[in-house]
Formats: sequence, structure tokens, C-alpha cells
Amino acid sequence: MSVGIHAFGGYVPRLRLQREVIAATNAWFNPGLKALGQGERSIANWDEDAVTMAVEAARDALGGTGRDRGSEDDAIQGVYLASTSMPFEDRQNAGIVAEALHLGHRLRTLDITGSQRAGTSALVTALQSVGGGGGPILVVGAEKRRTKAASPLELTSGDGAAALVVAQGDGAARVLGHATETVDFVDHYRGQNEAFDYVWEARWVRDEGYLKIVPTAVVRALEAAGVAPGSVSHFCFPSAARRVAGMLAKRLGIPDASVRDNLQGTCGEAGAAHPLLMLVHALEQASPGDTVLVVGFGQGCDALVVEAGAHLAAARPRLGVAGHLTRRREDTNYQRYLAINDLVTIERGLRAEVDRQTGLTTLYRNKGMLLGFIGGRCRSCDTPQYPKSNVCANPDCHAVESQDDYPFADRTATLNTHTADRLTYSPDPPAYHGMVQFDEGGRAMMDLADIDADAELAVGQPMRMVFRVKDYDTQRGFRRYFWKATPVEGEA
Amino acid sequence: MASGIRDKVAVLGMGCSKFGERWNDNAEDLMVESFSEALADAGIETDQIGAAWFSTAIEEQHVGKSGIPLAMALRLPLIPVTRVENYCASGSEAFRGAVYAVASGACDIALALGVEKLKDTGYGGLPQRSRGALNDMFWPNMSAPGSFAQLAIAYQAKHGVSREDLKRAMAHISVKSHANGAKNPKAHLRKPIDEDRVMNAPMIAEPLGLFDCCGVSDGSACAIVTTPEIARALGKKDPITVKAVQLAVSNGTETQHNSWDGSYFMTTRTASTRAYEEAGITNPRETISLTEVHDCFSVTELVTMEDLHLSPEGGAITDVMDGFFDADGTLPCQIDGGLKCFGHPIGASGLRMLYEVYLQMQGRAGERQRSDNPVFGLTHNLGGFPHQNVCSVVIVGQHGA
Repeated sequence: MSVGIHAFGGYVPRLRLQREVIAATNAWFNPGLKALGQGERSIANWDEDAVTMAVEAARDALGGTGRDRGSEDDAIQGVYLASTSMPFEDRQNAGIVAEALHLGHRLRTLDITGSQRAGTSALVTALQSVGGGGGPILVVGAEKRRTKAASPLELTSGDGAAALVVAQGDGAARVLGHATETVDFVDHYRGQNEAFDYVWEARWVRDEGYLKIVPTAVVRALEAAGVAPGSVSHFCFPSAARRVAGMLAKRLGIPDASVRDNLQGTCGEAGAAHPLLMLVHALEQASPGDTVLVVGFGQGCDALVVEAGAHLAAARPRLGVAGHLTRRREDTNYQRYLAINDLVTIERGLRAEVDRQTGLTTLYRNKGMLLGFIGGRCRSCDTPQYPKSNVCANPDCHAVESQDDYPFADRTATLNTHTADRLTYSPDPPAYHGMVQFDEGGRAMMDLADIDADAELAVGQPMRMVFRVKDYDTQRGFRRYFWKATPVEGEA
Repeated sequence: MASGIRDKVAVLGMGCSKFGERWNDNAEDLMVESFSEALADAGIETDQIGAAWFSTAIEEQHVGKSGIPLAMALRLPLIPVTRVENYCASGSEAFRGAVYAVASGACDIALALGVEKLKDTGYGGLPQRSRGALNDMFWPNMSAPGSFAQLAIAYQAKHGVSREDLKRAMAHISVKSHANGAKNPKAHLRKPIDEDRVMNAPMIAEPLGLFDCCGVSDGSACAIVTTPEIARALGKKDPITVKAVQLAVSNGTETQHNSWDGSYFMTTRTASTRAYEEAGITNPRETISLTEVHDCFSVTELVTMEDLHLSPEGGAITDVMDGFFDADGTLPCQIDGGLKCFGHPIGASGLRMLYEVYLQMQGRAGERQRSDNPVFGLTHNLGGFPHQNVCSVVIVGQHGA
């Protein structure tokens, strides 16, 4: 029985921090950083993390949240989230993603972490589960690496996420074979309770790591797939290290032309998500019949070979990696990046001190409303409303116990009114908020996300919903999530 | 059929503390300050008060919960004391309780006292606090100017008003209130300002600048009420009586249903219509002598003129620019300086407004006194947000008018 990739999508945050600014700011300390000071890297906004980016990548792949998934048979039955920057150490992060996507509760969910290889390992695990007769699995890689200011990693990393749905049947791209090598090769590590990575010399990582461990896995994977190295059309090697992919291709007999752009110039390396991001990007650009080789490196190596099928075009994501790369805004405010990532201690003011404790009972009771953005629709008058309640909000109805669940996350809306609030506390002032009115009915006073300082918001402007961090409870290490409205691309 | 409150209750005495940054006074000191004035004005002793209503909104910043702080501060004789909180309408809500108590015959003389200490937070503006466990999880972390700025944006869109025209009308409102406040020794802010200063002030929440926002201060105000008969018996020849006390509370229509366009206060329209009916007033623009409205922000005052049916819908800018609501205009609004110059010690504001109307009715407003012998005065509070709020409208006037 064949197993394939049936849907795929990506997410790259809009803001692209210009590397020359990072390099120039830190040149007094390390002039060598100028060698890395070209191009741009994606940075998550203050209200984004691995979970929120995973949700957006999954929506890009699925074409929406759960309500849009067809029959029971092809409904998602598992969610594997791969990341080394999960917001929670003990609270399943994949569970938050699943709740936000409204995928129901008959799900197997897993957090897969601990290595930069976690993304490809999650994919391999999903393939094996599906190959053994399991139902469709959503595999999402998401990464927002925390890096020290003035470190090479700060320059070469990028934030982003990618999602793939693995299921029985060829789908958009059939999986031909895969292989894994496990070697305790420690090019870097991050110990328990440590905020940052500890990194060993790059030349050693290249010579003893990439160039020795990767070929072993690739050769085995190509053999398993029955593919000759010379027929690889897309070689996805996710490392930011320069020229290594080309050296590997040469050693392995893979055509040099098949070596794909590692997106270092436009996005940066998105850690455990990056192999998946490159795979999704390759699938977006592949032609039917193309062979894609993707590698994940970290304490060994995963190598996977997939073949683009005839139905590839039908599986195109909403925006995809390419679309998200195009949807960009240049950012030269390195200080703001440092502030929103807690890399400098800034004066946040006394208003920031408000206690943001989350009642876990309150959250659980309202999880559909808060994480799934589920409201209600009245059976008597058909009025959609948020939140769902026992008495209809329509002043001409007020029917009692009349509402069915009604998801709002994938519905379009317009701005009814708005402001830029400079008095209230926001990690990134001003706080934008406004009354958001859904085209099919219902409204909510909402935070607005990703609003540029020079944006001209207008009454009637089209908005779409995005899953974001609502508040950080710094006292307890908790964060709460909710949906925000953001201008539909091309409209703001 | 309910007959309403008209002329059933008289204001026997009122008091108002100096509003401002009362760094060296506790809430209890402010309470005693306003109460002593009211007691002397009423000509009674504390022991004659049969019940009290105590309004304060952010009690955790000063006195704590319950009616006990009032009873202790004033040494009330173990009478019923009810603490009320209803957003920025809290002071008017306390007044409503006292008035209803007298009207029902439950007691002869009742007290409504409001107080707030807002200046113990360490920062400017209203205290930032929880809006409720679940609300905090999905409401934007809006400030008051942030939510009322949205009223301005929606008003512009609805009436096709340019930002410049709206900003100038809002500036006129603030300049007018500052000119009035400068003449009031109890006001917090007493400096006249000009339009350019308002227009060029730092932005707080687009399009509201610093001078579009009212001050924040400490203060207390109170009213002692009784029946017109007892008032006369106590020597008040021409008592000021209560004509209407109305409250309208949002039920979620504005927040949840697309029938509201965001440009006006649904509650104010309803509460004012009911109040005029209760007071027997059919043409408010002609009949009301002066108003004290909830000018938490200049745009609130502007829109409120329409929602109180004093200006036609979409016509407030013209009335404002014509000086219709100026101190020497046809229908003065905030002749005491308003929230703009008094600041907004939440629990006290509604009673502070009533205090000015009461003084004006009796010809006791000093430099600010209207020469046309005011007959009907209206006070208005608006608590919460444009999209969900509590609105109070109180009308008082000459007895029998």
C-alpha cells in the first residue's frame, strides 16, 4: 500500500529583519558577523510562537480549520508537532494546535522534539503509522529559536513552520523510501533550563558531521526508494552552512542543479521545521514525476525520497512557502526584535504588571470558544454570534437554548471601527484593536495583529483571523492564546 | 402603570470635595469633606439619616469592599449602607438607591455618597485591572481612550465627517470645558487652553489626543435626599426635586449584533427618552436649562449631545462649533468644567455633576452662575465602553416645574 503526502502548506512570519542591521549593530563586538550580514531573516511577531505558527501552516495546508475536512474517512486522525522551541515543556503543544484547528478529540497527538532532526523524524514516524494502516496524520514542524544577541545563529536562523498531511494512497506526492542514521554527534546542545544553544566549531560540524553522516543516510534512502542519485530533481538540505549542499551533491552523484535554495537569503534556517519548509517549497514548485530528496540533520540524519504525482497541482496550499516569502515587510528595527524576544531588559511600565493568571477551569470550560474560536448560530433566526450563549443576541429574537456551534476562524470579516491605543500596555505599542464584523453575521471586539505603524486602517477593510498569543503570564510561565484579526493580504 | 419618580423626592443638601491629586488625603478624608458640607447644607444631624448608598468602583485601590467604609468614616448610626458599583454610572446609581428609598417611604432621609482615590496607582490614567476571568481571555486589552477612540472613527465613517472637522469640534469641546473649569475652585484642572494646543497634543488613541481625554483625580461628592414635604418642614422653601432617574444597561446587542454601527450610544438614546417621559419633557432642546454629561473624552460629549436628543443626529458638530453648548450658549454643557477639568473619581462623578446643577438651580454657582434661572438640569453618566456600557440620566428641577 502506498503512502503519500496529500496536502502541504507553510508559514513564514511577515517581518524580515535585515541582517546588515544586526551585523552593523554588533560589529563593535564581533566584526566577523559582517560575513553573515546579507539578506534577511524572518522574525515571529511578539504574539507568535511555535504553536501559533504551526496552526497557520496547518491552515495553509488544510485550506482552513477542521470544519473543511471532508468525510470521516479522510478526517485527520493524528497531529504530530515537531519543534525544539515548544512554548510548553509539560502541556502537550500538539494538543493546542489540534484544538485551534478544531480537529475534534478522536486524535493521536505527539510532541516530537529534542533535535534539529525532529521535523523529519516526525514525518518518518507518521509515514510508518500510516503505512501500518493508520489514518491521516497532520505533521507540523514549527520553530522560533531563541538565540543570543550577536551570535551567528541569530543571523542565520529564521522563524517559520510547515505542515504536511500524510495518508494512505499516493496523494500529491508518493513516498518512495526513507532511511535514518542515529549518531550522538553533538554539534550544539541546549541543556535543561538553559535559554540558549552552546555551539561547537563549524568546520568540524561540516567535515565530520554533514559530510560523513548525511551521505550514509542518503545512500540508504535512495536505495530503499529505488532511485538513482542522478535522478534526484530537488535536493533539500536545510543547513545554513554555505556550500555544504553542493559538496554533498557532488559526493553523492546528485545533480548540482537539483540543489535547492536553502532560503538563507530570504528566511533563514527554521530549525527543526526547516527540512519540512524546504520540502513544502519544493512540492510547490515541482512538476509531476519530479523526485524530491529531503534531509534532516541532528544527532544523526533522516533522509526521505518522495515523487511528485499527477495530483500535485490540486494540493496547492493557500499561500504556501513561496506565497509567504512574497508576503513580506522589511524590518530594520533590531532593537524592537531584541525587546520582543526579551534579549534586552526594557522598561515596560507599571501597566505591564497586571496579573495575567489564567484559571485552568475557566480555560477548559471555554476551550472551544477560546482556542477554536467557536461561537454559536441561532436555529430560530440564523444569526451567528460570539460567544455562543444561552439566549440569542439578536434583539429581535432572544430565543433560549437555540444555538449550535459555529466556527468563526475561517470566515472573512471587515473592520467596523478601530484604533491605535497608546495608553494600554502592549509588548509592541500601540495596541491595535477594533470591532470586527463577520460577513455572514456575528462580530467581536478584537485585537488586530501584524498592523504596520504606517498602515492606514479603514472602516470596511477586509480582515482574516489568525491564531496568536493573547497574553504572557510571566509570573507563572503560562501564555494564553486567542484569535486576532489581520488585514487580508494586499488590502493594507 | 408606574408613575415614575417625578417630584416625589427633594434634594435636601449636597456636598463636594475639592477634586484633584489629593496626595495627603485618604478616601475617608474626602468622604468626610463632602459629607460635612452636605450635612450643613441640609441642616440636619447624621442621626437623622435613615439609609445610605455608597458608590465606589475601584475599591481595591482604596477603601476595600462593602458599605462599611462609609459607615465607619461618617460614624453612621448602624443604618443600612449599600455599596454600589456600576462602572462610571456608580455615583448616579447610589443616588438612584437613595431616591428610591425615600420615594418608597422606607425612610425619610437618605444619603448617597461617592468617592474614589485614583491617584495611588503610580501611573497616569485609570488603573489597569482585570475585566473578569473569562473576559480577560478574549477581550482586547483596551484602555478607556482606546475604546472611545473607536466611537470617533465610526462616527466619522457614518456621517462622512473629515478627521480635521471632528478634531476641531472635539477641540472646541475641551477648550470650552477648560474655560469653565478655570472658574471653579473645586476643579482639578484650572488652566484655560486653546484649540491649537488641543490639536497638537500627543496622540493617546487615534484620533484622541491628550486634551481629548478627561483628567484622573481623587474626589468625593454626596447628596442627602428627602421628601418635598420634609424638605419644606426643614426650611427649604423652594426645594429642588428629582424629575427622572433612568438607567439603561447594554444587553450585548452592540457587542454581538451587527445592527449597531458603532457611532452612537444605544443606551443613552433609550435612557434619555425614558427620562424625558418620566419628567414630562417633550422638547428637551427647548426645555432643559443645562447639562452635565459624561465627557470622559471630548468625542463622548459630542456624540452624547445627539443621543440625549439635544442635537439632531449628525448635527452635534454644528451645534458645538456654533457655541450652543458653551457657558454663555443656549444650553450650557459642563458649566462646572466637566470630567475634563474635575477628573473622574468614578464613584463620585455622577454626584459631582448633580452638585453643580443643584448649585445653579439655587443661584449659588458664583462666577459660573447662569443668569437665566435654570429650571431643569440634566446629568448623564456613561460607564464601560461604547460597545457595552451603563448609562444613567438624571433630571432635577424646580419643584412643580
